[in-house]
Amino acid sequence: MDLDFGVVGGALPYLWKGFRYTVELTVTAAAGGLFFGTLLALARLSSLRSLSLAAAGYVNLMRSVPLVLVIFWFFFLVPLMLQGITGAERPPQVGAERTALLTFVLFEAAYFCEIMRAGIQSIPKGQLHSAYALGLSYAQAMRLVILPQALRNMLPVLLTQVIVLFQDTSLVYVISATDFVGAAAKIAQRDSRLVEMYLFVAIVYFVLCFTLSRLVKRLQSRLAVVR
Amino acid sequence: MSYSWNWGVFLEETPEGGVYYWELIVSGLGWTLAVSVLAWLIALSLGTVVGTVRTTRSRGLVLLGDAWVELFRNIPLLVQMFLWYFVMPELIPPLKRWIVRVDPTYAQFIAAVLCLGLFTSARIAEQVRAGIQSLPRGQRDAAAALGLTTLQAYRHVLLPMALRIVIPPLTSEAMNLIKNSSIALTIGLAELTFRAREMGEYTFSFFEAFSAATIIYVAIAMTANRAMAWVERRVAVPGFMGRGGR
Repeated sequence: MDLDFGVVGGALPYLWKGFRYTVELTVTAAAGGLFFGTLLALARLSSLRSLSLAAAGYVNLMRSVPLVLVIFWFFFLVPLMLQGITGAERPPQVGAERTALLTFVLFEAAYFCEIMRAGIQSIPKGQLHSAYALGLSYAQAMRLVILPQALRNMLPVLLTQVIVLFQDTSLVYVISATDFVGAAAKIAQRDSRLVEMYLFVAIVYFVLCFTLSRLVKRLQSRLAVVR
Repeated sequence: MSYSWNWGVFLEETPEGGVYYWELIVSGLGWTLAVSVLAWLIALSLGTVVGTVRTTRSRGLVLLGDAWVELFRNIPLLVQMFLWYFVMPELIPPLKRWIVRVDPTYAQFIAAVLCLGLFTSARIAEQVRAGIQSLPRGQRDAAAALGLTTLQAYRHVLLPMALRIVIPPLTSEAMNLIKNSSIALTIGLAELTFRAREMGEYTFSFFEAFSAATIIYVAIAMTANRAMAWVERRVAVPGFMGRGGR
């Protein structure tokens, strides 16, 4: 077996393009997922029964279906939804890359919701009561008192979820989007160099994720001391 | 949204003839369950061993266990699937010669089982380690005071308690495994999601096919949840906090 890692060097510009998309997808999904996930968490904890049931239904559905299937669902759903909104004659061409952005935001929202819910529930009830006693409204109490603390308590868990998300974005491969893995797979098949390309991809992911999870662990122990 | 649903499509024949679409979906479910069950057996046995080893006092063993967990946790599952299916045979020539001769389904199935089994074993190892470390120090000391060897202490005192503690997290690992088995479609294994997409491509009834797969996955998740709650109640030790799931 003769390995030729020179093929990786030649493909670096293309791989870098794929990697940039992977990072873009991760950051968008993390930010969007955290935003909508927090809203979902507030909905789940709401005293309005219909609201909390709807949020719980969404979260449980998303969490019991494989991500690959969710990606397929949205790949075919998004054009139809856009057609419904814009009233166009034919479903618009959205493209795998942009569909994936929306899919991951909506999918990750369910996972971030559960983390934020745990975070909110970890705050003593007295905090909310004192916020109300100070004359804050519900929105102010959440924004200024509860959510900042919940976010801080959950920071290590949230960051760990982002690392998981970073790995999961590789699944956009199934709709042929050109992320880091997608780019490597295309080069691997073009040059028949599967071993070199996939080993390279595995090593890059390992080094990045291992380093990041170490940093999260250090952050966790520092936060633990402060509290 | 304009989409005309056609649920009758499941009763139509596939282009190959003689096989109906609902049978295609059921055969996909069969592969999903087969891969998941075998991978679960590997994951549970290896994960328990690796997790236990990480709580021993031998530094070499702990390091080995840590390396195992980090290796499988920090590479995307999709990439691991490719490594098992595309890269492994190239590195082991006899394996390659065998694969060329047999039905590709065997190679896909074995690669998927090994990949998912080892990936999940790392996650179970993490849970088992946490379970053992959550036990009061006194348990280990008491076992030693009774004259039990390390092996006996783990076998009779620590593991029976720790394994009960980790039943709830293991339930979600089992469900993760079933969901993760869908990634085997990337190496061509005709499991549930693969079949749903295939049916969509043949009939253009994508949403009917995906709905069927979604309902089946939700049903599996709910069944697994109930089953594990039953196991938890069955093995509950009287006098301890956990009284078993609802």
